[in-house]
Amino acid sequence: MNARQRPPAEFAGRSSCRALWEMTLPVALYSPGELMVTAAAREIADGELVFVGMRLPMLAFLVARRTHAPRSIALYENGTIRQTPSTEMLYTMGDPANLCGATQCGQMLDVMGLLQQGRVDVGFLGAAELDRFGNLNTTWGRRDGELRRLPGSGGACDIACLARRTVVLLVHDRSRLCERVDYVTSPGYGTGNGWRRAQGLPEGSGPSAVITTLGVLRFGSDGEAYLASLHPGVSVEQVLANTGWTLRVADELVETIPPSGQELAVIREFDPHHFWTRSDER
Amino acid sequence: MSAESKLMTMQEAIERHVRSGSTVLLGAELEQMIPFAAGHELIRQGRRDLTLIGPISDILFDQLIGAGCVSRVMAAWVGNASAGLGYCFRRAVESGIPRPIDVVDYSNLTMALALHAAALGVPFLPTYATLGSDLLKKNGNLREFRSPVSEEKLVAVRSLRPDIAILQVQRADAFGNAHKWGSLGVAVDGARAARKVIVVTEEIVEPSVIASDPNRTLIPGFLVAAVVNEPWGAHPSPVQGYYGRDHAFFAEYHEQTRKLGDFEGWLARWILEVPGRREYMKRLGPSRIERLSVREHAFSRPADFGY
Repeated sequence: MNARQRPPAEFAGRSSCRALWEMTLPVALYSPGELMVTAAAREIADGELVFVGMRLPMLAFLVARRTHAPRSIALYENGTIRQTPSTEMLYTMGDPANLCGATQCGQMLDVMGLLQQGRVDVGFLGAAELDRFGNLNTTWGRRDGELRRLPGSGGACDIACLARRTVVLLVHDRSRLCERVDYVTSPGYGTGNGWRRAQGLPEGSGPSAVITTLGVLRFGSDGEAYLASLHPGVSVEQVLANTGWTLRVADELVETIPPSGQELAVIREFDPHHFWTRSDER
Repeated sequence: MSAESKLMTMQEAIERHVRSGSTVLLGAELEQMIPFAAGHELIRQGRRDLTLIGPISDILFDQLIGAGCVSRVMAAWVGNASAGLGYCFRRAVESGIPRPIDVVDYSNLTMALALHAAALGVPFLPTYATLGSDLLKKNGNLREFRSPVSEEKLVAVRSLRPDIAILQVQRADAFGNAHKWGSLGVAVDGARAARKVIVVTEEIVEPSVIASDPNRTLIPGFLVAAVVNEPWGAHPSPVQGYYGRDHAFFAEYHEQTRKLGDFEGWLARWILEVPGRREYMKRLGPSRIERLSVREHAFSRPADFGY
């Protein structure tokens, strides 16, 4: 399939994304991390309020802000609100370069309050494990059958509960994409079919995309994940073999559009030594 | 001024105000302004059975846990923000090395609300966050309830009152009135929630400097038990306007603490063999200090408080 013939379904109807698709040029060399950052950036529409997490999403926001979403605004859980990209690469949201020139340096509750009000359009999350219904685990991971202690929620549980959409980034393998997570750090669609509302979570909230090293998953109205897009060079069989449950596949499966020259330039400007994008493990 | 100076050394401040068994709030501002110098003094003075409280703590919690000072952690995240896992945390939780610890898992918002409740003097505050999660099932300080004014499900977050909050600031007077800038995390609530506050400051200034910009006074001195003038007290975390984040130090810590024996070497080299910050800075070396120093100042425009 040649994805260049028509824009993927998720871009349809969004003029800014459509324009972005049209100017996409094939670029031979990019890392899986760079492709993930680009795919994540495209989940941000112009003018949106974005809860930016750590690691790859920090770069995704910078890419979106500098390309198709120049009016998007970043919220960071330490209390920072930024309307302009920082001037250098960030290792953490608290780096002096992220605070100098910020619109506001406030308290955690200032930004978390906006999140809880339902004003935040999209939040980004990393995860050690994700299951069929988009529930995330960053507390107790399983490696070789043994439970290993992971760092915990941070703001992930809050974002997963309260943001209108959440976008998840993770490495695609069978141990990470599992039938059921051992510990629900950050709720997705629970067991599906109205589970979020039954828990009391805000209406219309929940995971909207999972960007992995192999493709992009989205969610049906029943809350179950399906394969929506394949990264270039990846086969459906490869995705299924690396997923710990029988993953549904979209009827209109598309190919993930590679990073454009402009998107790669922004990524490499802010991550010149590939600290975040050299490997997909980060 | 009739108030008495609260200035003292880090050694005195920890000796006088932090007992073994205390609950201690550290790292209230997330990845910046983490009071590493104070944490290192807690380790040197051999405090035990501490309960650590904080949203995320970067590697300071990991160090205190590895040194055997901690019996319980109440936090949203424990690890190394730019490098990944905290190996001491993992060893303690999984294998009880150097001692078993109890972990009470929060999210950032529920931790912020727990401290905000204490700062407001109420027993709990409500939120939708953690509904449907295992944090809600496992953490006894989070309880589901029905809203008394609507039919919604909510989570009651129990107030959390640390015995002591240790907070890093840019400048303070000798009485503890402190100016602080940059992103604040839960520091403002932390100062009000805690029974006692130790202020660690980059600079001591006259009270008139504090009074010149009262919006920037985030900790009123009457809440403060001790003021410690400790330049570079937050290294390797950054203090806005004073020094940057030593990213390499976090990466080195990650590499040098993977194995228990390696951590013990790290602990000796950077904490146990070091009597205080002055010697610590010597070990860092002038070129590293130079590299982390502010390259280009960015002063805010003064606010006119005239009338």
